[in-house]
Amino acid sequence: MGLLIGCSGDLSVVDPAGPAARVIATLWWVMFIGAGLILALVVALVIGAFRVRRTEGDAARDEKVWIIGLGLCFSIAVLTALLAYGLVAGERLMPRVAADVVRVQAEARQWAWRFSYDDRPGYITENLLHIPAGRPIDVAITSRDVVHSFWVPRLAGKLDAIPGHVNVLRIEADAPGTYRGLTAEYNGEGYRRHVFSVKAHDPAGWAAFVAEGTP
Amino acid sequence: MNALRRHRKLQAIWASDPGWKGWTSSVNHSDLGRMFLFTAFFFFLVGGVLAMLIRAQLATPDSAFVDAGAFAQFFTMHGTIMMFLFAIPAFEGLAIYLLPKMLGTRDLAFPRLTAYGYWCYAFGGALLLVAMLFGIAPNGGWFMYPPLTGPLYSPGINTDVWLIGITFVEISAICAAVEFTVSILKYRAPGMSLDKMPIFAWYALVTSLMILTGFPPLILGSVLLEVERAFGLPFFQADLGGDSLLWQHLFWLFGHPEVYIIFLPAAGVISTVIPVMARTTLLGYGWIVASIMALAFLSFGLWVHHMFTTGIPLMGLAFFSAASTLVAVPTGVQIFAWIGTMWKGRPELHMPMLHILGFFVTFVIGGLTGVMVAVVPFDWQAHDTAFITAHLHYVLFGGFVFPMLAGIYYWLPLVSGRKRLFRLGELAFALIFLGFHSTFLAMHWVGLLGQRRRIETYDAESGWGTINFISSVSSFVMAIGLALVLVDIIIHAFVAERSRRNPWQAGTLEWAGMSPPASYNFASLPEVSDRTPLYETPDLANRLAMGDGYLGAPKAARRETLMVDAASGRPEALVIYPGNTRLPILMAAMTGGFFLSILLKLFWLTPLALAGVAALALVWVWQLGARADQGLQEAGRGAPLPLASEGDRSPGWWGSIFLLVANATFFGSLLFGYAFLWTVAPGWPPAQWFVPSWAELGLGTGAALTGAIAQHLSARRNRAGAALMTALVPALLATAATVVVFGLMLFRLPPPDGHAYAATLLILGAYGLAHALLVMLMQGFLILQVRRGYTSPRRRAAFAVVALWTDYLAAITVLILLAVHLPGMIM
Repeated sequence: MGLLIGCSGDLSVVDPAGPAARVIATLWWVMFIGAGLILALVVALVIGAFRVRRTEGDAARDEKVWIIGLGLCFSIAVLTALLAYGLVAGERLMPRVAADVVRVQAEARQWAWRFSYDDRPGYITENLLHIPAGRPIDVAITSRDVVHSFWVPRLAGKLDAIPGHVNVLRIEADAPGTYRGLTAEYNGEGYRRHVFSVKAHDPAGWAAFVAEGTP
Repeated sequence: MNALRRHRKLQAIWASDPGWKGWTSSVNHSDLGRMFLFTAFFFFLVGGVLAMLIRAQLATPDSAFVDAGAFAQFFTMHGTIMMFLFAIPAFEGLAIYLLPKMLGTRDLAFPRLTAYGYWCYAFGGALLLVAMLFGIAPNGGWFMYPPLTGPLYSPGINTDVWLIGITFVEISAICAAVEFTVSILKYRAPGMSLDKMPIFAWYALVTSLMILTGFPPLILGSVLLEVERAFGLPFFQADLGGDSLLWQHLFWLFGHPEVYIIFLPAAGVISTVIPVMARTTLLGYGWIVASIMALAFLSFGLWVHHMFTTGIPLMGLAFFSAASTLVAVPTGVQIFAWIGTMWKGRPELHMPMLHILGFFVTFVIGGLTGVMVAVVPFDWQAHDTAFITAHLHYVLFGGFVFPMLAGIYYWLPLVSGRKRLFRLGELAFALIFLGFHSTFLAMHWVGLLGQRRRIETYDAESGWGTINFISSVSSFVMAIGLALVLVDIIIHAFVAERSRRNPWQAGTLEWAGMSPPASYNFASLPEVSDRTPLYETPDLANRLAMGDGYLGAPKAARRETLMVDAASGRPEALVIYPGNTRLPILMAAMTGGFFLSILLKLFWLTPLALAGVAALALVWVWQLGARADQGLQEAGRGAPLPLASEGDRSPGWWGSIFLLVANATFFGSLLFGYAFLWTVAPGWPPAQWFVPSWAELGLGTGAALTGAIAQHLSARRNRAGAALMTALVPALLATAATVVVFGLMLFRLPPPDGHAYAATLLILGAYGLAHALLVMLMQGFLILQVRRGYTSPRRRAAFAVVALWTDYLAAITVLILLAVHLPGMIM
């Protein structure tokens, strides 16, 4: 329980509030436990070298055990499994075609974010992104000056805003609420204060938000 | 001749000039290795102080100790210093100091180049330090992403200091890499075939080849960004056909191999120290060599894992993620080979071993978090947070600092000839180990809680205060530990008592000379038939001192060593080294003048400095010449050998080969950049193409090929003793024609500040022009040498070297002309 308290926070990667962030948080915990086990194995083997006293062994057998067995086979097995898991997880996070996708644009500059909405043309918000909760959102990210990065830790991973390019990030919030967002690529002296918020509306709230833009 | 007389005679030939003035004229690898290490650890201290300032600032929330601007200079300089002014030079210093001793020879291949590299490093490092003292240090982060570092968003001089200072320092890395490659392949004890080399030499060889192919992309990136900043050529500006992603590709094409360039030498130390500490031999020598090569190869295929968040397509991500996880396999092989070695023997817990245990724990954690961030989805969360900062410190501190500390304690008795007095090192290790892990474990955690790297402070409400405080306090504990190591070494150097030779009872040749080592390393060169010659012949040191090996009869004022066949180690030639000289420091100062002229925009000075560098280079090469054939030389143990300068494959030829490898990588990166901008950058195609000309294309190609053929012809005629000018003069004229073609091309370019296309053509043309001028200089020099009687059918080394460069010029001329003229013809 103490561990869980240590993980919460409105910018915490391990306190997910959307499907993408949840996939990644699970991935983290799996890797964390796996890494802990491997570390324990290595430390035990190193300590073992100081305890065990044997007569001079057979070099060919030693190479088979240490290099082929542990070095090659063990490493390849673990890494292949992890790679496969990572690819499957990554595939799930890609912006795939779906009927209810909401499209928004995020344009970064030193040191502010400007958001616009396909569902409400012409309307622009500064440092506050409105989205519906429970629906997938494609954020089209670009920059007007230097490289920035769009990151809402509790909803999804980050994606860079690069001048001349548009990158699309899929995010989704489980429940209505306000989520904090950050710029995550050093972009000059205003970097620390270059933050924004994401407001996830319930269906009624989103309908109202969209309707306000309809003449 | 007895051992003492031989020592005195050799000492008279090899010793550096006395006093501090000797430092400026020494070309001795032991001197320069120590100077490199001393300077590198001085920069480690400076980088460490910056780290403490950073941790002091982050210790408490809402800290107002420094502002965002100063903080940016701190973290940029901390990273820059540790990477470029500490880690790489510390490897260079260690290898410069150790390699000839381990390989059983008397110096590195190019002693003056060692010195030149050192002075370039010292002057370039000083430039960065001075900038920091004036408060104009670089401030864009150590990987300097444009457009933030471009002319629009960083108009100050700070970024120029980085680009120019670091490029200056990188000269020393390239010099050292050429030197190590040639030395390891060609300058070894007779009989030391490749499979009998000490394992450290394998690591140094692969690391050097990686520097030769890893650094050029960054040098190119720095050149392009500096040219953009100074002259407005828009390589990284999206609205003018450039792309900021080009910088990221070039930077990480360097930056990821860089991590292994830092780790591999340290792994070489571990592979050397563990078997000695465990009283056994290394398990799986061949496997380790294979895994080093695999690591080097793979490390060039995973730079994109630093760019997982830049919007790379999924297929690309999958490929680079696979490569990034795969690279853990050869690392795993080495780790388990080391543990297996310990199981095979009986490890003893001496001081170096403590740091190796520190390495195991730290590096394995760093490797595991490295595998985590190689998994793309996790990287999307962890990227640019304190988690990454923590990960990279685990890798670099675990993979470099702990092994270096182990190495220092291991080789200190060799350097000083003393043994440790107090048990200060153990306490220092405990503080470093505990301090390090508390500092950076905490940092992983706070990174997952959302703390970005490079923020100068954070709110109290964030809840990160306690973790950061733990991290900061622990970092000071670690700093105290590192300071104690320094105190320990100072005490050791001045107070401790004499040690016996080879206190660890190691088997490699560096322990077969005197401690502290003599300026000439070995009174005579050993014949080697085993990986651990000192185990096979325990009294080897005495036998060498008594002149039992090769070159045991010193000749007046000649610094001699042997060149061997690269694979078998069979003696091939006798090398005569140049003696003490101030030419390297002068040349470095002149090179510095060139860089300063660009930094300070004193462009009238630039051609003068370049002419100065060229003039000194000519003196440099001229001094090696001889006006009479020497014939076969007595080298001891029977077989007479020719001089290395009286053959086709001289040291200069070998050096040119590997310098050209680096040069070709630079050129290849430039072509990659051209293709990258063409296919990926927005804002293409350009409004205006270069007007192609069949005449120029034909003339340039013809001239370049004629030059190369005539140059080879001259070499053949020289061997036959025929008249030379009928071949040398046409070769020179053909090169002059290439100069004209490149000049015409540059003259006819569309405005290079209007679009990245024309800007790239300008760089391609300038690269070709510079090489054509360089080759003309070489050909003119050769003609002068011929006329003054410095060549003969025996003394023919210069012909092969110039032919190599002429061939390279022909190849790049054809490629450049095609790259420039073809698009206009097709479009």
